[in-house]
Amino acid sequence: MQSASTDIASRAIGIIDQLKGKEGPLLPILHELQDEFGYVPPETLPLIAQALNISRAEVHGVFTFYHDYRDHPAGRHVLKLCRAEACQSMGGDALADRARQLLGIDWHGTTADGAVTLEPVYCLGLCACAPAAMLDDEVIGRLDAEQLEEIAAEVRL
Amino acid sequence: MSLIEEIDYGTPKSLSEKMITLTIDGNEVTVPEGTSIMRASMEAGVKVPKLCATDMVDAFGSCRLCLIEIEGRNGTPASCTTPAMEGLVVHTQTQRLKNIRKGVMELYISDHPLDCLTCAANGDCELQDMAGAVGLRDVRYGYEGDNHVFAKAHDVANDRWMPKDESNPYFTYDPAKCIVCSRCVRACEEVQGTFALTIEGRGFSSRVSPGMHENFVDSECVSCGACVQACPTATLTEKSVIEIGQPEHSKVTTCAYCGVGCSFKAEMRGEELVRMVPWKDGKANRGHSCVKGRFAYGYSTHKDRILNPMIREKISDPWREVTWEEAYKHVANEFRRIQYQYGRNSIGGITSSRCTNEETYLVQKLVRAGFGNNNVDTCARVCHSPTGYGLRTTFGTSAGTQDFDSVEHTDVVMIIGANPTDGHPVFASRLKKRLRKGAKLIVVDPRRIDLVRSPHVEAAQHLPLRPGTNVAVVTSMAHVIVTEGLFNEKFIRERCDWDEFQDWAAFVSSPEHSPEAIEQLSGVNPQELREAARLFATGGNGAIYYGLGVTEHSQGSTTVMAIANLAMATGNIGRKGVGVNPLRGQNNVQGSCDMGSFPHELPGYRHISDESTRDIFDKLWGVKLQDEPGLRIPNMLDAAVDGTFKGIYIQGEDILQSDPDTKHVAAGLAAMECVVVHDLFLNETANYAHVFLPGSTFLEKDGTFTNAERRINRVRKVMSPLNGYADWEVTQNLANAMGLGWSYSHPSEIMDEVALTTPSFAGVTYDLLDKEGSVQWPCNEKAPLGTPIMHIDGFARGKGKFIRTEYVATDERTGPRFPLLLTTGRILSQYNVGAQTRRTQNVVWHEEDRLEIHAHDAEQRGIRDGDWVKITSRAGETTLRALITDRVSPGVVYTTFHHPTTQANVITTDFSDWATNCPEYKVTAVQVGASNGPSDWQIEYDEQARQSRRIAPVLDAAE
Repeated sequence: MQSASTDIASRAIGIIDQLKGKEGPLLPILHELQDEFGYVPPETLPLIAQALNISRAEVHGVFTFYHDYRDHPAGRHVLKLCRAEACQSMGGDALADRARQLLGIDWHGTTADGAVTLEPVYCLGLCACAPAAMLDDEVIGRLDAEQLEEIAAEVRL
Repeated sequence: MSLIEEIDYGTPKSLSEKMITLTIDGNEVTVPEGTSIMRASMEAGVKVPKLCATDMVDAFGSCRLCLIEIEGRNGTPASCTTPAMEGLVVHTQTQRLKNIRKGVMELYISDHPLDCLTCAANGDCELQDMAGAVGLRDVRYGYEGDNHVFAKAHDVANDRWMPKDESNPYFTYDPAKCIVCSRCVRACEEVQGTFALTIEGRGFSSRVSPGMHENFVDSECVSCGACVQACPTATLTEKSVIEIGQPEHSKVTTCAYCGVGCSFKAEMRGEELVRMVPWKDGKANRGHSCVKGRFAYGYSTHKDRILNPMIREKISDPWREVTWEEAYKHVANEFRRIQYQYGRNSIGGITSSRCTNEETYLVQKLVRAGFGNNNVDTCARVCHSPTGYGLRTTFGTSAGTQDFDSVEHTDVVMIIGANPTDGHPVFASRLKKRLRKGAKLIVVDPRRIDLVRSPHVEAAQHLPLRPGTNVAVVTSMAHVIVTEGLFNEKFIRERCDWDEFQDWAAFVSSPEHSPEAIEQLSGVNPQELREAARLFATGGNGAIYYGLGVTEHSQGSTTVMAIANLAMATGNIGRKGVGVNPLRGQNNVQGSCDMGSFPHELPGYRHISDESTRDIFDKLWGVKLQDEPGLRIPNMLDAAVDGTFKGIYIQGEDILQSDPDTKHVAAGLAAMECVVVHDLFLNETANYAHVFLPGSTFLEKDGTFTNAERRINRVRKVMSPLNGYADWEVTQNLANAMGLGWSYSHPSEIMDEVALTTPSFAGVTYDLLDKEGSVQWPCNEKAPLGTPIMHIDGFARGKGKFIRTEYVATDERTGPRFPLLLTTGRILSQYNVGAQTRRTQNVVWHEEDRLEIHAHDAEQRGIRDGDWVKITSRAGETTLRALITDRVSPGVVYTTFHHPTTQANVITTDFSDWATNCPEYKVTAVQVGASNGPSDWQIEYDEQARQSRRIAPVLDAAE
C-alpha cells in the first residue's frame, strides 16, 4: 500500500503535468490541487516549482497571496460572510458576531465536528443585496439572523 | 580618508542613444530616452525622496514616496516609473507632494521600531534619511495599533511579529524592521537570478520570505549578499556591522577569490574590516558579488595564520620560530649551498596565482636573475596552461577574447566544462540575466550543472558527454557545421587562411567525426549534438565559455584549439557578444601567466629562446639569462625524486593538495633539502617544508590582479600586514639576502618595470589604473586605454589558424577493475583547496567533500546515501561519504577537492596534457565500494600532518 504522502505526490504530479503546458499555469494548477484535495498540500508546492522551473519562493509567494488557497483542509462546508463596507453598514457586524457565537468558532476556524469553516470575505460583489454571504458555492443575499441560524443548523446535519 | 559614497540614481541606466531634454525644478537636464524622471532628477542633482527604488533593480513604484507633479498632467505620478519625455516640466517639491510624503512616512513609521540609537543601521538607513528628508515630526497613528514590531501587546503574543532569523552566518533578517519595499526580492531575482525570496501574504500581512517561509540558510538562498546591499533599513544587516558598527572609511580593491575579479569597497573602521561591498563601477562585476568575495574574508585574521618565520632542519622536527633576518639568511645560504653542491639548476621557484602581478613578477625575476636558471612555474600549469597554448597557437594571444560585459550582447552561449554558478558566480548571474532575456544556452558537461535547469534558466541543449571525450564532441559539432554548410565563409576568407580551413574542413567532414559515429565513445545523443551545433552556428552572436573541464585532460590543448576552430568557422570572433572565453580559476591566474611564470616564457608570453627579448632583461637586470626553458612543476618533482633537484621557493600555492598524484608530490618534496613555503597557513605542502615564510593577504598589500578578461584591477592595502611584510617585500628581502640588491619601495615601481619591458603592458601605470579604475591588456600606444575585445580587425597572429584536432582516447581507461569515471569540480561556498574558505563560516554550506554517484551505480554496490565509501584508482585510494544523485550519469562519479582530509588527488593519476603537462584531473578510472571509514593513507597522512605542524615553544632566556 502506498503511504499517504506518496499518494498525494503522485496525484499532484498528475495534475501538474496535465496543466503545466497552459499559458500562466500556476493559478490553474493551484485551483486544481485545491479541488482535488480540498486544500493545497504544502508538500506539493516544491513539485510545482520543479515542474514550472520557478523557485519554491515564487510558488509560496503566489500561494500565500490568495486567501482562497488553503494550506490545510476546511470543514465539509465553508461559510463566508462579507465583511466589507456595504455589508457592515447593513448590519454585517452583528451577523458576524452571531455566526461566531452560533458555530462556536472564530474566523478561519472549523467546528470540532469538521462540519463547517467560517471565513471572512471582503466583498462578494453583492452590495445591492447586503449583507451577503456565501455557503460553499452558493451566494446568499439579504442575510438575517434567522437565516443564519438555519444555515448553522443545516451545515451540521 | 573617508567612506566612498556611490550615487544611487534610483533606476537603471537607459541604453538608448536618443537624447531628450526636460526641466526638473527649474534645471534643464538632458538624458537618454527611457530614463526615469527619478534618475533624470538625480543627474540634475535633485534628490527625489525614495524607498523602494535603487539603481541595481528595475523601478517598482510601491513606496509612494517619490511622487512628483508634471505641468499639464493630472495627479502625482511616481518618478521612478514615469519615463522622462521631451519638454516635460517637473516639480519634485510642492506643498501637495510634501503632504503626501509626510503622510506616507507616518504610515511607515507607525509600524517600525523607534530604536534608531541602538540600531545597527544607524547612520546608514534610508528610512531614517527619508524621515529627515520629508520633515517627519510626529506620527498621528501612534504605535499601539496592529504592528509587526512588538513580540507582545498587553501581555498577549502578537501573531504578526516574527523573530529575527540569524541562521545565515553572515547576515541577519529582522522582519520587525522590514518596510516591505521588495528591494531584496528584486535584487535576488534581477541581480543574482536565484529567486530565493518572495513576499508572502498580502496587504498588511506581507512579509519577506526566504523560500517557503524558511530560514535563510535552509532556503534556496546562495548568500550572495545582493539583498543585504539592497535593503534600505536594518532588516537585512551584515553581522559584522552589528558587531563592529558602521565603517568610517573605505578603499576600492579587488577580490582575491576566482578569476572574475570583482571590485569591492573594503569598508573599514580603523584597521578593522567591517564589510566588503561590491563596487558599482567595477567593470567585471557591475556591483554584484558572491558569498566568497562578499563575506568569506575571515581567514585573513584566522588564528591559524602563521605570523613569524620558522625553520627546521628536518621535516620530522618541530618548527622553530626565528627572526626574518635569520630566515632570509638561512634560505640564501641553503640555496647557494645546494647550487654549489648540485649545480645551478638544482633549485627553482613556483609563483602564485593568488598573489599580485608584482609579486609574481618578482618571484620569476628572483629565479631567472637570482637563481640563474629558468626553473619557474606556476599553478596555471595545473589549470589553464592548455588555454595559453591553444589560444596562442590559433589566435596569437594566450587569453580570452572578450570582456564580461560582452555577455549582454550574446545570443547563444555555449558552456563547456565549466560550472559558473559555483565556480564563477558573479559571471553566472550576469549570464543568467542575459538568458532570462532570451539568449539560448548549450551546456557540454558530464554533470547536470545548475545552469542546465534552474529557476528561469533552461539549456536548449545539454550534451552529457563521457569524461575525456571533449575533443570528439567539439570536433563533431564542427563536422555538423561544415557538412551542413553552416560555416561563415566570408569571415573565414577574410580573417583566416583559406587553405588551412579547407584542410581542416576536409578533416572534420570525414564520417568518423559525425555525431552518429562518436556516440559510441562520447555517449552523446547524435540528434541533440546536431541540434546544438546548428543552434550555435545559426543562432546569432555565439560565445563559448569554458573552464577546467576543458583544460584538465590529456587532450586539454586540443580541445582549446577545437573550440577556437569552432569560433572561427562560425565567425564568432572580434566583436561584442561572441568570442572564446576561458573562465579562469584563481584571481590572478591570468596575471601570473602574463608575468612570465612559465619556464619557457618571459613576461608577455615571449619565448625564452628569443634573443631580443632576453636582451631587454639582460640589460635591465645586469645578468645573462639562460636561453633554454627550465623545469615545469612535474619535472621538478621528477628531478627531485631522481636526486638532481634539491631546493624550491613556493609562494602561495599548496602543490601537495592541488597537484595530481599526491604520493608522487610528497615523495618529490621529501627528497629535497630546502623547501621554502611562503603562505598564510601551514598548508599541506608545508608539512614537507624546512622554512616557512608568513604571507600577507590581499587586504594587506598594494598591487594588481589580472582577471579572466585580461583586466588589470588594483588591489589596495587597507590594513597593515599582520606578519609585518607584504609578500613582494619578503621576496625582495630574500633576493637581497642572495645579493641581488633590489630597491623597490612600492609595487607601482615593479609595474613600471613590467611596462618598460613588456609591450602588451607598455601603457600600464598605477596613475592610469587609478584614473580608469581598470584596464584590459594589451594597453600600449595603439590602445592607450586597453583592449576590451581582441582580434577586432584581425587576429593577433595575423591569420587565424585552423588546426586538425584528432581525438585520442586518454590512456586512463575504465575496465573491469575500475569501471567508473571520476571527474572533479568545485562548489559555490568553497574555493580551490579550501585553505581560505575552510577558515571561514562558509563551512556551514559544505563541511565535507561528498562523492556524487548515480542511484544505479550505488544500488549495484549496496551504497546508500551518506554511507562511507572507498574510492580506488590505479594511483591510490581514499574514502568519503556518498551522495546519491541523478546529476551524474550512470558510470560517472564526481567529487569536489576542497578538504584536505578527502585528498581527492591521492586517486588522480599523473597523466597530463600532451602539450603543457596540465594534469588530467577530470578523468580517473575508479572503483567505488562500501567502507567503514578513513583509509590507511588518510590516517597516516593525518598523523604526519599533525606531527609536522608542531611548533616548538619559545624558551625563555632564564630557562
